[in-house]
Amino acid sequence: MANAEPRWLRYTLTAIALAFLFLFLALPLLAVFAEAFAGGGSAFFAALADPEALSAIGLTLFIAIFVLPFNVAIGICAAWAIAKFDFRGKSLLITLIDLPFAVSPVVVGLVFLLIFGAQGLFGQWLSAHDIKIVFALPGMVLVTLFITFPFVARELIPLMQAQGKDEEEAAISLGATGWQMFLRVTLPNIKWGLLYGVILANARAMGEFGAVSVVSGHIRGQTNTLPLHVEILYNEYNAVGAFASASVLALLALVTLVAKTLVEWQMRRETEMLDTALLPEKVNQESGIPS
Amino acid sequence: MSRLIHSLSFALLAVAASSSFAQSSLLNVSYDVSRDFYKDYNPLFQKHWKAKSGESVELKQSHAGSSKQVRAVADGLEADVVTMNQASDVDFLAEKGLVAKDYTKKFPNNASPYTSTMVFIVRKGNPKSLKDWPDLVKAGVQVILPHPKSTGNGRYSYLAAWGYALKQPGGNDKSAQDFVGKLLKNAPLFASGGRDATTTFMQRKIGDVLVSFESEAELIAKEFGKGEFDVVYPSLSILTEFPVAIVDKVVDKRATRKLAQEYLDYLWSKEGQEIAAQNYLRPRDAELLKKYAAQFPAIKTFTVDEVFGGWAKAYPAHFKDGGSFDQIYQSK
Repeated sequence: MANAEPRWLRYTLTAIALAFLFLFLALPLLAVFAEAFAGGGSAFFAALADPEALSAIGLTLFIAIFVLPFNVAIGICAAWAIAKFDFRGKSLLITLIDLPFAVSPVVVGLVFLLIFGAQGLFGQWLSAHDIKIVFALPGMVLVTLFITFPFVARELIPLMQAQGKDEEEAAISLGATGWQMFLRVTLPNIKWGLLYGVILANARAMGEFGAVSVVSGHIRGQTNTLPLHVEILYNEYNAVGAFASASVLALLALVTLVAKTLVEWQMRRETEMLDTALLPEKVNQESGIPS
Repeated sequence: MSRLIHSLSFALLAVAASSSFAQSSLLNVSYDVSRDFYKDYNPLFQKHWKAKSGESVELKQSHAGSSKQVRAVADGLEADVVTMNQASDVDFLAEKGLVAKDYTKKFPNNASPYTSTMVFIVRKGNPKSLKDWPDLVKAGVQVILPHPKSTGNGRYSYLAAWGYALKQPGGNDKSAQDFVGKLLKNAPLFASGGRDATTTFMQRKIGDVLVSFESEAELIAKEFGKGEFDVVYPSLSILTEFPVAIVDKVVDKRATRKLAQEYLDYLWSKEGQEIAAQNYLRPRDAELLKKYAAQFPAIKTFTVDEVFGGWAKAYPAHFKDGGSFDQIYQSK
């Protein structure tokens, strides 16, 4: 391949990029595992077998799985409304969907405190009815939902806009009910985009620190998620425990990364298949030979 | 279908029943490095409570920075008891009406079951031979301490130096402020918390001396090794108290007052005091203090009440906006 840049320039640029990647991505990741195993394998597994660590892992997974269906349902609804219909206030809705991206997570946590905390808007009422939201599971689920909300919608909106509504209209005109149309036409079209959004939302849900930290109350074995657990152990001078838990988070992130790559690969393959399926027809038409 | 509903409702009933007949529980909201102490203390108290009342009790712990913790309690975290490392944090709850105004009188010893003091942690062999507070204000000495305005650790360090200067012959508020001003000038940075200060000193190898709790020195030894540093006791330091209190509003609502009272009372028992000593916190019990004399060298101390008239006065005078800390910093 012809290349305008001299060889030395290409090599230097590549070297800089690689060095940067190593220094800022690979090295920290290696450091996490090195610290986690600093006390030997048995110390590592003992730290993870600790009931408080297990409960933190369980809680983190529970919250991530619990918010998932909400994210999917609300994300599809929002993307559907925005991509397929025109209505007044549409741009306002798009801005609102992006809001969780723009607001700092700590502020999100504080806002929920202001609404549901004892000194907050509904504090008196909630306490009178003995309903606990903040410093309990509901509050942690709510803030996680808020933080992860945009991912699915953001992923689906451009996809649905690109696909247009021709296929759906065809389905309806052929006598499909709304539900049939959704299951047989819309869903297959968006499934990879949806999955991609879910994976991103999931990664964020598991890793969220700021917002959850504000509303958790840090009760060991009860409202302590994995990222919070890492911080607390570290502050207690328990480096092995902290990094062992951190390595679990890192592993979850790596799994997410692999899943994300697989989905991306699948998406690309489908578009390619679509292209090659269409291509011969085009060529034949151009050369004027009937196929 | 009806069978499904039947079994579902049964399951729901079972859950409801188990929660209403659940063993009593107690939530202790505490500061972040007290975990080691309560990890040992809680099983002991569970045994004690079982022997005394025949009931078993579930003890839950919450640990984080102490100011953050009391905020959470004020915002609705249902703590039956709070066990803090500074009176100003419990004062905040008293102001909000969650804790009795005279909480320090509800338990012996100013409601502080154990104490600690501020000491110097220096490089191995004490190369700059730092022995007392005046050595810390000498030119060329770098002092590491957490931020006095935003951390309990830093506030105690600040008041310790202030109190020392005040107690010198001819000492007054002006000379104390000058002394502390010189000390702060020797701080290359302010760490954001106790842990951050330790990391700065031990891992990043910045500074000649770290001012920290005596009890913290042991935690540092656990992580970095005993031979890595020396502990120096100044001629005079501050007595740091760790107040405990019952959160009235919560125990009345949850009907756990008796349990909470016993939980805190038991901190003063021989067994409770011994656990404190084992965690390098100075017990109030004179006999035990003698028994563990090797790890608690005698040191002259003063309390915040004696020198500053209590935290309620010390806090606004020194750490609120426009207090002595700000004055020192603006004149710099």
